Amino acid sequence: MSPDKNLLSKLAAGDKHGEDSPYFDGWKAYDNNPFHLDHNPQGVIQMGLAENQLCSDLIKEWIKANPQASICTAEGIESFSDIAIFQDYHGLKQFRQAIATFMERARGGNVKFEAERVVLSGGATGANETLMFCLADPGDAFLVPTPYYAAFDRDLRWRTGVRIIPVECNSSNNFKVTKQALESTYLKAQETGIKIKGLILANPSNPLGTTLDRDTLETIVSFINDKQIHLVCDEIYAATVFAGARFISIAEIIQDMDHVNRDLIHIVYSLSKDMGLPGFRVGVVYSYNNDVVSSARRMSSFGLVSSQTQSFLAAMLSDQSFVDNFLVEVSKRVAKRHHMFTKGLEEIGISCLRSNAGLFVLMDLRKMLKDQSFESEMALWQVIIHKVKINVSPGSSFHCSEPGWFRVCFANMDEDTLQIGLQRIKDFVLGDGDNKNNICNRNKEKENKKRKSFQKNLKLSFSSMIYEEHVRSPSLISPHSPLLLA
Amino acid sequence: MKQLSTKVTSNGHGQDSSYFLGWEEYEKNPYDEIKNPNGMIQMGLAENQLCFDLIESWLAKNPDAASLKRNGQSIFRELALFQDYHGMPEFKKAMAEFMEEIRGNRVTFDPKKIVLAAGSTSANETLMFCLAEPGDAFLLPTPYYPGFDRDLKWRTGAEIVPIHCSSSNGFQITESALQQAYQQAQKLDLKVKGVLVTNPSNPLGTALTRRELNLLVDFITSKNIHLISDEIYSGTMFGFEQFISVMDVLKDKKLENTEVSKRVHVVYSLSKDLGLPGFRVGAIYSNDEMIVSAATKMSSFGLVSSQTQYLLSALLSDKKFTSQYLEENQKRLKSRQKRLVSGLESAGITCLRSNAGLFCWVDMRHLLDTNTFEAELDLWKKIVYNVKLNISPGSSCHCTEPGWFRVCFANMSEDTLDLALKRLKTFVESTDCGRMISRSSHERLKSLRKKTVSNWVFRVSWTDRVPDER
Repeated sequence: MSPDKNLLSKLAAGDKHGEDSPYFDGWKAYDNNPFHLDHNPQGVIQMGLAENQLCSDLIKEWIKANPQASICTAEGIESFSDIAIFQDYHGLKQFRQAIATFMERARGGNVKFEAERVVLSGGATGANETLMFCLADPGDAFLVPTPYYAAFDRDLRWRTGVRIIPVECNSSNNFKVTKQALESTYLKAQETGIKIKGLILANPSNPLGTTLDRDTLETIVSFINDKQIHLVCDEIYAATVFAGARFISIAEIIQDMDHVNRDLIHIVYSLSKDMGLPGFRVGVVYSYNNDVVSSARRMSSFGLVSSQTQSFLAAMLSDQSFVDNFLVEVSKRVAKRHHMFTKGLEEIGISCLRSNAGLFVLMDLRKMLKDQSFESEMALWQVIIHKVKINVSPGSSFHCSEPGWFRVCFANMDEDTLQIGLQRIKDFVLGDGDNKNNICNRNKEKENKKRKSFQKNLKLSFSSMIYEEHVRSPSLISPHSPLLLA
Repeated sequence: MKQLSTKVTSNGHGQDSSYFLGWEEYEKNPYDEIKNPNGMIQMGLAENQLCFDLIESWLAKNPDAASLKRNGQSIFRELALFQDYHGMPEFKKAMAEFMEEIRGNRVTFDPKKIVLAAGSTSANETLMFCLAEPGDAFLLPTPYYPGFDRDLKWRTGAEIVPIHCSSSNGFQITESALQQAYQQAQKLDLKVKGVLVTNPSNPLGTALTRRELNLLVDFITSKNIHLISDEIYSGTMFGFEQFISVMDVLKDKKLENTEVSKRVHVVYSLSKDLGLPGFRVGAIYSNDEMIVSAATKMSSFGLVSSQTQYLLSALLSDKKFTSQYLEENQKRLKSRQKRLVSGLESAGITCLRSNAGLFCWVDMRHLLDTNTFEAELDLWKKIVYNVKLNISPGSSCHCTEPGWFRVCFANMSEDTLDLALKRLKTFVESTDCGRMISRSSHERLKSLRKKTVSNWVFRVSWTDRVPDER
């Protein structure tokens, strides 16, 4: 180690944050050549960013009609000083209440949440890390079903020292979590002396876009209850469940399962996806365990939500008619986008994992691989980025056990852009057979030249490679964004 | 099997300390001029409530910033989506320039070396994660901010070893105290990774002298360790002296762009200078690229709300506003401090002579039954429960001498401050000590004033050995 590195902690000097992975090629390609409908129609289209840009008009309308919600406007300035000094880590009472009610409504009113159990955090990123600090010691492990959100590798493990043990799920049953997979993974971990403290999963799932059915949820709860380990459900995509589909929250399940030890149940939530407000950093830890609520609350000092934001959102989310209308619109618009995109893909013979939620689909390109290997997946991915010019996320970045799956986002652009993206995919796929093979061959050569070291890395476990979506979001500000006009 | 982490089951959060207990008592019975005039007056909260009118009038004149617009156009959408952990460039630029302005534009801050954090609470913890392994130690001069026990140690596993400072020389940091602390760490088998100071100091309300700063830089140079300077109160300097930042010292010693400068880091926040603790705006400034890079990634766990970044970038970019604000802020703080000091004097109580901060370090040693921390706690309980003032006992700040208390003056109205002083005076006069004092108050105050002056004299011209003041 160089003398410099010696002066820093291992955390700072190492690369366990996972951001040195080659998956950044997609982001770099976009950064270097970002698509713009008018100014750069040949650029790379960003379809690797799970953002919800579909409902900002509703929020803007509300803001215009409610100037008193801001502490900075003439109508709201009376509250400025009180809010400016408010740093109580309990959070603004009206904000917690509004969040609890919003969470209830996003679950169709089928559950009740207490404002006293709502603990604020710096986005779901902060919430997940905080829960790990509360539930596990360095060296302990959490089970995570694959494929899973790439940044869990950093959020759950980096500063906490907690380990992730993947629970493999397969496309043969649409990646459902099975009792057998849970039991065998748990057993194997125990045999190697690893202490499992809990299971964490996202429901709805990223990258699958699917919600867990009642059976699976009950199986999972029985499993963790039997082992007396924790269950963390990240329900960040709760409101993106399509109109007509039914989202069952873990909160609902435990209502009906009396024998479950509630001290083991914890929910993570955020407004980043459902409301499309990732910039406002609103994360929630909701725990049924009083000690965890109390500790997480103390830890929230390290990532409180700005009181300006709390006060603004408390007003907005307390407006019941706005909330009800918003939730209906979100699920309608997400479903519409999903339908448009998947239909378009169907027409060219590309299927996606059947999903009912989320801001993305998992595209099945297995038959386009030269062979069923991750090398081929990466080769195809390079083609998609550089030839098709769309940035998508390869399944390996989500620790998917089978090559050929790609997550494609559809809610972070306008409809025209999405149609162009779809068209590019169509043109690529429907390019004649020879052309397709040539593309694969040419790319294989390129791959061999550029990716020797990467292929070597592929032989190692995928746990050290992540695709960081959160990291590479706007500094990705389009060159034409007013924010750059300092 | 133990179900929760040791972080939860131990009490490393430090919130069982008296510092926080006083707050709890206040919450139960808070003073209100009209609704609860006999309630407890909060003097344990280092908040700056003196200059909101300046910010509010700026907001009234700047409707664009106030309503998330630029050139009349709504930028709500861009802000809603902005979650880049590098932070908003124009906000970091504005922060850098504000920090320069506070330091008389004698030093420059590069916006690219700023890492935003959710308050200095988060900034300090993040720096610990970057600089220390679990079990490594940082040296801190006592007395220090009670929150450091949580911020620096709780989740990081780092240790704090105190650098003992005493009233004999106005609690200044000495070479021998530094060496002693270092050796103590070694005795405890702890690897020392650096020194952390708050400048201006909480709870002392004094800015570090140039001598102390030189001492610190020389010390960390010789030991090859880090120096963190938490300059959160840099904009509250109201004395006639200029605020000297550790950055000034690096420049004056011609250490800029050297290895040493890479080990000096500044922490800042807008919670005290601007009185905006609710907005959670903190910053780390480091000359070490690797630290900037690692800390930036860690800031994901506590980013500053984009809505807040935008508002404050507009506010701080208005140079007319910032210069007027800084000047007015200092004026008002100075006048408040004077009010507190003279009010205390009339009750026969002196303070450490201060030139910064939102509080005074008050000497109540003469009111103790015995020169012990038990007596300090007894006195504190009387003041909290009988006098109904929440002040912070020195032991909660790890002071090595009993009898010192931190009393805040900028978080209430003038009338409330006057009332608090009246209550305190009544209390003092009702005790045996107080009766003695009021009998010879004139004589006592004269001699106290002499001691205060000589304290000050010692700060300016310093020798290692000082006669014990008492």
